[in-house]
Amino acid sequence: MQIGLLYSRIRKDEKLLLAELRERGHEVVKIDVRDLQLALDEAPEILSGLDLVVDRCLATSRSLYATKFCEAYGVPVVNSAETAQTCADKVQNSLALAQSGVPTPATDVAFTKESAMESIESFGYPCVLKPVVGSWGRLMAKIDSRSAAEAILEHKATLGHYEHKVFYVQEFVDKPGRDIRVLAADGEPLSAMVRSSDHWLTNAAKGAETDAFELDAEAEKLVEQASDAVGGGLLGIDLMEVGGESESDYTVHEVNHTVEFKALNETTETDVPAEVVDWLEAKADEADEETKHEVVA
Amino acid sequence: MTECVQCGADVTLHDDAEVGEIVDCTTCGAELEVVERTPPVLDRAPELEEDWGE
Repeated sequence: MQIGLLYSRIRKDEKLLLAELRERGHEVVKIDVRDLQLALDEAPEILSGLDLVVDRCLATSRSLYATKFCEAYGVPVVNSAETAQTCADKVQNSLALAQSGVPTPATDVAFTKESAMESIESFGYPCVLKPVVGSWGRLMAKIDSRSAAEAILEHKATLGHYEHKVFYVQEFVDKPGRDIRVLAADGEPLSAMVRSSDHWLTNAAKGAETDAFELDAEAEKLVEQASDAVGGGLLGIDLMEVGGESESDYTVHEVNHTVEFKALNETTETDVPAEVVDWLEAKADEADEETKHEVVA
Repeated sequence: MTECVQCGADVTLHDDAEVGEIVDCTTCGAELEVVERTPPVLDRAPELEEDWGE
């Protein structure tokens, strides 16, 4: 198949994907989004003839618009623009999970320092303040006191981009020093690991230690529900164990739509790029079938 | 082999280097983007943006 890869930086994840795709004989068209001009009516030449486009944009903003344009041009793209839209924004992400009945940490959104402070006080200390857009554990604040809350709110309101004036306040989940990252394709888990750290943030990007993790039935069910809640696709679903390590009791705090998987590939026995390319091949076949169906209809 | 755009030191790319990949200059520590593979051309890597990563 001929597959387009939207990117602006080739990370190890993309290198793994490129190697697997080429090894299987697929023709890969690398599309640097920094070179694109996306007109409303006509697709750029580089997008023509592709069986499937894989969005691997590093920047969320580019991912959102590039996938939207691909769909407008009738070019099959994974993940979908809808999924990207929901996952890119923590507010929409939380709403989608809650509306689908997926357990997720209690969260308030407030637009002023005063109303955010009321939320913080109602959650009690510690609680967590997160930016609505962002990853790798950046700009996350665990708030331990009223004076810390006042300072952080003041800083965000004064120094931040307008999105930092949307205050996303969340209960602090006392997880057992680790959280769980699941890579799932349309709700089916491909690989999972725990990320452990003495720090309250357990992101792999923050240096957490990673170990393979065997999902139980409850976790598998939640992964499927969370995937459906955001529109499906190739996703990184993050769970925390709210009942300790031995209880099958989880909360889903986030779903990521351009998931990084190099840490998973190194931690688990799963050949992650092979699994991902299996799924991409299936998605390309699906898209092809849909196109044929439309032509016949 | 090519040279670091920041300090001028020699930089050797891996055989499987990709256009768009970031490499480090081992001399000055600069992050460099592979712009061309053959012949190798490097540029300064873009600065980290707030909405990067997952």
